[in-house]
Amino acid sequence: MSRVICTRRRVSPLRALALATVLAGGSASVVGVAVPAWAAEPAAVGPTVKIDNFTFGPAALTIKVGTTVTWVNGDDIPHTVVSVDHTTFKSKVLDTDQSYTFTFTKAGEYPYFCSLHPHMTGKVVVQN
Amino acid sequence: MKDDERDAGSEEGLDRRGLLKCMTWGGTGLIWSLSAGLPSAMLVDQALGATAVKPFTFMQVSDSHIGFMKPANPDARVTLREAIAKINALPQKPDFIIHTGDISQLSKPEEFDDADQIIREAGLPVFYVPGEHDMLDDENGKLYLSRYGKNTKGTGWFSFDHAGVHFVGLVNVANLKGGGMGSFGPDQLVWLKQDLAGRPASTPIVIFAHIPLWTISQEWGWGTDDAGEALTYLARFGSVTVLNGHIHQIMQKVEGRITFHTANSTAFPQPAPGTAPSPGPVKVPEDKLRTLLGVTRVDFVRGDKPLAILDTPLSA
Ligand SMILES: [Cu+2]
Repeated sequence: MSRVICTRRRVSPLRALALATVLAGGSASVVGVAVPAWAAEPAAVGPTVKIDNFTFGPAALTIKVGTTVTWVNGDDIPHTVVSVDHTTFKSKVLDTDQSYTFTFTKAGEYPYFCSLHPHMTGKVVVQN
Repeated sequence: MKDDERDAGSEEGLDRRGLLKCMTWGGTGLIWSLSAGLPSAMLVDQALGATAVKPFTFMQVSDSHIGFMKPANPDARVTLREAIAKINALPQKPDFIIHTGDISQLSKPEEFDDADQIIREAGLPVFYVPGEHDMLDDENGKLYLSRYGKNTKGTGWFSFDHAGVHFVGLVNVANLKGGGMGSFGPDQLVWLKQDLAGRPASTPIVIFAHIPLWTISQEWGWGTDDAGEALTYLARFGSVTVLNGHIHQIMQKVEGRITFHTANSTAFPQPAPGTAPSPGPVKVPEDKLRTLLGVTRVDFVRGDKPLAILDTPLSA
């Protein structure tokens, strides 16, 4: 999978961990270091939508039925991926570099948005 | 700084444009007030000297984003602690604090715990409204409500009275719709209308909510879609002050008798609209960060005296 990472805004995990340990005085809540299982590196199938600068890229995606789409958050701010109907798909909150995958099993148009920043919108078109 | 020097010599003559510029880009040591619907600015010393009555004061803290540990601020707990120390260093103890949301970065219990522990150091009552970062638990804000929502309605809205001023905390970050901006929703608007009904028009009103109630940037979602409806309920009041956060910078606007003001974050700055590709955190040189973070103090003097808003950066 090709992952474009905006290096200028990133701090190495090691440095982040060191900072967190020093500053937390033992009760560390180390954000961005521990990656939950559901956000594990996805299998390299299907297209990726990159979230950068509060934008879904590409904003519109056309795929075949059965394709798995992966969204990756490249921003320093958390985002979500939620279908406009709020039920078809709904990611947990994605912190920096975390990802979400969903497999589209039915043809149709699936508009979606970020529930934190609802001006961020995108669309997946699924064809037979 | 330059703008302040110019303002010092013309406390009467500062126009709104100049004021906005000054507050947006400088702010240090300038007190801003609303008198008879017209904004006026003067130096802090002069303003306090002119006030014979001891004012009641409250503080606004916003966007503490506890849990944020990224280049723009390696630990938002440190800067929140500095903000609370600023409040503790005031010569006169404020009556309470309002927190205008984004207490946490990711709504994690340990983030709320850390925030509470630091804010407790002020030893003051705190009134919270949520930001979108506080609604990220699996149950859309249930955790926030369980911690901060005791005497609130709906997704966390409420009102209270203090020394003759009516305060209303509103929620415009819940159940947002794709393509839109912030929103109160019909239930909250019905409640607000009822809450304000029957109050004399002379009652000073302070509204606080996370996302600004006026549209600062449609492109970045910096506004509240149904704020116009809420403002119609407020139009008959003689003094309305609207305090918001969310945009991590000081901005203000006066529209008739309604004053809108946004506060600095205690965690990280965000760009002015149109000056960056996105509203994300801005990494500034370390020695500049604390000039862009801060707290807001609001002095209220009863009667027809102006309500004064003073933004203090952490570096001051
Ligand atoms: Cu978002």
